[in-house]
Amino acid sequence: MKVSKKDVENVAVLSRLKIADDKMDKYLEEFNNFLEYVDVLQKVDTENVKPTAHVLPLQNVFREDVIKPSLDREKALANAPEKENGYFKVPRIIE
Amino acid sequence: MDLHKKSAYELHNMLAKKEVTAVELAEAFLRRIDNLDGKLHAYITKTADLAMAAAKKADAQIAAGEKISFLTGLPGAIKDNICTEGTKTTCASKMLENFVPPYNATVMEKIGKENPVILGKTNMDEFAMGGSTENSAFFPTHNPRNLSCVPGGSSGGSAAAVAGGLAAWALGSDTGGSIRQPASFCGIVGMKPTYGRVSRYGLVAFASSLDQIGPLTRNVTDCANVLNAIAGYDERDSTSIKADVPDYTKSLVEDVKGLKIGLPAEYFVDGMDKEVADSVHKAIADFKAMGAEIVDISLPHTKYAIAAYYLIAPAEATTNLSRYDGVSYGARVDGEDIVEMMTNTRTAKFGNEVKRRIMIGNYALSAGYYDAYYLKALKMRTLVKEDYDKAFQKVDVILTPIAPTTAFKLGSIINDPLQMYLQDACTVPLNLAGLPGISLPCGVSSTGMPIGMQIIGKPLDETGIIKAAYTYEQSKDFHKNIAEVSE
Repeated sequence: MKVSKKDVENVAVLSRLKIADDKMDKYLEEFNNFLEYVDVLQKVDTENVKPTAHVLPLQNVFREDVIKPSLDREKALANAPEKENGYFKVPRIIE
Repeated sequence: MDLHKKSAYELHNMLAKKEVTAVELAEAFLRRIDNLDGKLHAYITKTADLAMAAAKKADAQIAAGEKISFLTGLPGAIKDNICTEGTKTTCASKMLENFVPPYNATVMEKIGKENPVILGKTNMDEFAMGGSTENSAFFPTHNPRNLSCVPGGSSGGSAAAVAGGLAAWALGSDTGGSIRQPASFCGIVGMKPTYGRVSRYGLVAFASSLDQIGPLTRNVTDCANVLNAIAGYDERDSTSIKADVPDYTKSLVEDVKGLKIGLPAEYFVDGMDKEVADSVHKAIADFKAMGAEIVDISLPHTKYAIAAYYLIAPAEATTNLSRYDGVSYGARVDGEDIVEMMTNTRTAKFGNEVKRRIMIGNYALSAGYYDAYYLKALKMRTLVKEDYDKAFQKVDVILTPIAPTTAFKLGSIINDPLQMYLQDACTVPLNLAGLPGISLPCGVSSTGMPIGMQIIGKPLDETGIIKAAYTYEQSKDFHKNIAEVSE
């Protein structure tokens, strides 16, 4: 499966990344080389194989719903790039 | 007295017998760091003040006649993706360059109870993505056995620190070989425990179903002791295993009589150095001579493991790394609106390999490609795991090489991502299957570089692989072969 410049641009938007125009050709080449390599998986018949997302036989892990100590607000905000009045501050979202 | 040449176990005994003080030890290692880290670049952040405070406290404990734990007063290093409260945890990324965690990882809490002397946070490939530590956003680390070679990765800083005598022990993390391969490249011992054996709480997530924290040490005895300190269930990590933790030092026994060791031909991959293959075969012969039974086994899906891994790990990474959006912590680069701010931040602050994997992961997970790539990879994961399940019906442990080559030169393959991925052929299958593996030295190349082998165990059979590794180690002198980095 070959990807196009447009495919890569779409994935970049999903990834919230910008690919510089002068790097696009190299990106495309690497991307396609990689996809060509992983195509080896298509050779194997996995029709009746169940997928493994996780090796442990865990389903849901429950605990009692009790309140425990958590980070206080000041600590939680300590690494924020911008904050105001005890909140994270972001650029305008709604016009 | 060359304190830096001693193993953690020897130093622990010296402390307990009051032959050395923790302050003397801390000063000796901090001096090594001052004099040598300019060459090795093993550390991103040095924590000399914290180290000296912990050493003074350890000396007070010893003076008061308290029975000390293994790590009490022992100088160690922590990979910089393990959260340390109050000390920067950068993941070797510009994104987290100034991130100071407001809490400790569970492993830090656990070892903290023993009052170790933490010398600093070690260099790594950015977000643990890489096999050479060249993907650090700050600087590459050099191999103490040969400064022109990489230390391996992604826990390259931890491996170089231990091998170079800049720490007596270290913690790393292993998602696809990131403890075992650098241990091998630097000529030390590294273990990836069973998935779930050690809590991942506070380990900055790369690929959550594959990541596991483990020790990097001078020898197997040190490995067992450090594992004792970090293993165990943690309610804050829902994927940690509720199982008793044995005393791993009880497995430090020389006995492989009747041990069934599986030998999978598939791990001797195309392009493997003859010297590497020969050393591993020599080790197999040595095990046989010590009474082990060698059984040829087949793990037929091994050749698909890299493809599956490099779809699954990026898919999980792209999800985990979506949290770096310039809002709650980490770097921010401003933009006109919130989407532009996020895009500018991520574009400026993630390195090339991290971006590459985010892109691959999002592609593999996107509508139209999910079945062909991600789901296919998860099915292959099942087949890789089933290969091991079948093999372990016949054998107790499996012995393989760690990497196709010894440590390569800095800059030699960093510009060929696919070539770099292929280096992981022997290590990623264990992560896919969640199995424990230990890496230990089994030879030295003609150029003087260490060669390692891997012993793979059944789930939670760290005891079995420690015993096999210890038996082999004691029959050789590789663990006494200390890297000579002169001050």
